[in-house]
Amino acid sequence: MRAYLPSYNLLTPQNLPDALDLLARDPGVYKPFAGGTDLMVLLEAGKLSHKNYINIWNLKELRGIEAVDYHVTIGALTTYTEIQAHPVLRAEFPMLCQAASETGGLAIQNRGTLGGNIANASPAADSPPALLVYDAELELVSATSSRWVAYHGFHTGYKQMNIQPQELLTRIRLPRSTKNLKQYYRKVGTRKAQAISKVCFAATASTDGERLADIRIALGSVAPIPIRCVSTEAALRGQQIDQLGELGKAALVREIVPIDDIRSTANYRIRVGLNLLGDFLSRLRSSS
Amino acid sequence: MKMGDGVIEILCTVNEEPRTLRAYPMERLLDVLREQLQLTGTKEGCGEGECGACSVFINGQVVNSCLVPVAQVEGATIKTIEGIAGADQLHAVQQAFIEYGGAQCGICTPGMVMAAVDLLERNPNPSEADIRTGLAGNLCRCTGYMKIFESVVGACKKDNEAGEKQNRSTKTHEPTRNLC
Repeated sequence: MRAYLPSYNLLTPQNLPDALDLLARDPGVYKPFAGGTDLMVLLEAGKLSHKNYINIWNLKELRGIEAVDYHVTIGALTTYTEIQAHPVLRAEFPMLCQAASETGGLAIQNRGTLGGNIANASPAADSPPALLVYDAELELVSATSSRWVAYHGFHTGYKQMNIQPQELLTRIRLPRSTKNLKQYYRKVGTRKAQAISKVCFAATASTDGERLADIRIALGSVAPIPIRCVSTEAALRGQQIDQLGELGKAALVREIVPIDDIRSTANYRIRVGLNLLGDFLSRLRSSS
Repeated sequence: MKMGDGVIEILCTVNEEPRTLRAYPMERLLDVLREQLQLTGTKEGCGEGECGACSVFINGQVVNSCLVPVAQVEGATIKTIEGIAGADQLHAVQQAFIEYGGAQCGICTPGMVMAAVDLLERNPNPSEADIRTGLAGNLCRCTGYMKIFESVVGACKKDNEAGEKQNRSTKTHEPTRNLC
């Protein structure tokens, strides 16, 4: 059943301080509303249970990408289209650009935002695995405080996040430390465009002669939250490159906990997750 | 601006005319265009951002109007399918859809035309892959897509033959049926 529109509020503050004041006034009453590409789907289906929102779409303070010496800072309202077009992101963070290009079609990419993709907190979102692997940090700002937190650990359970109701996600920061890393991103969905992922995989690695120096792995759609696979990483770090395949699969199968749902099955997701890890590790072997 | 009963007033430009919309802030732009402005060329297909039938331009970017709450178009410049043709001439994309049989039942057609116009404005000489990516957000349940694909290729040729952009490289498109 469609939503009853008069019961919804969508206030439009003119600047960031006004938005933060609204969030602080009655914490939890208002929630931020960005590009709407997820919330409007719920609204039309009559499933948008929260009623009061703050329209942050026009807040210029939350837009723009800035690259300085040690990191790139991305405004939370940066769209997928803007991410794909940015030269530094394309050169140094190709997995994020690929995730942006594989999220919906162009019309979605023109409205969907990176901050929204994080704060909507879907375990199937496309950018979180890349952000986890890049060691992203999030800036959370309220009317009276401001803090940076590691993105790894931000999601604490299904749709649960380490953010206070009066705080707004304002920026995402990526350390510029991807030089010499091998990067691998793959989204598996029903079709190439528009599909929500069955499994989403991101990884980087660096090698030191015959051994794996470092590796970072993150997956989407295989747990209640997008997960960084730290146990699998630990099992592989320092190992001989030609022996990674079996070690990696044995560790990963213990770390992911996918479910059966409308898009796929737990068994398929485990199989695909292991295959993607295997593909990445075999590419490391052939390129080392 | 706030009116009584939660209804707000939104000023924007639609097809080059300044308009004042009165609506609940969460009303879908799609519904306001169709019901308040009677711009019924914009269609509703899925209502959840999958099919692209409701595509319009906001500030020059193609978007799904079913996913835009009307409060977010304050001050925006909107173009719908009704604003695509010139005063006495169809857009090259529209003409090509007629010539190449790009429309069947017609529900997806306005969105397909919007996506194709958007593509050709960004990239006047698209490759086959560019065309597929450009149309990836639009679903059609009649044509099997090849007629639509050929229409867009035809529109590129028309554009090129018009000779307005003479320095363009003249890539030729010969669509084949085994590309899907």
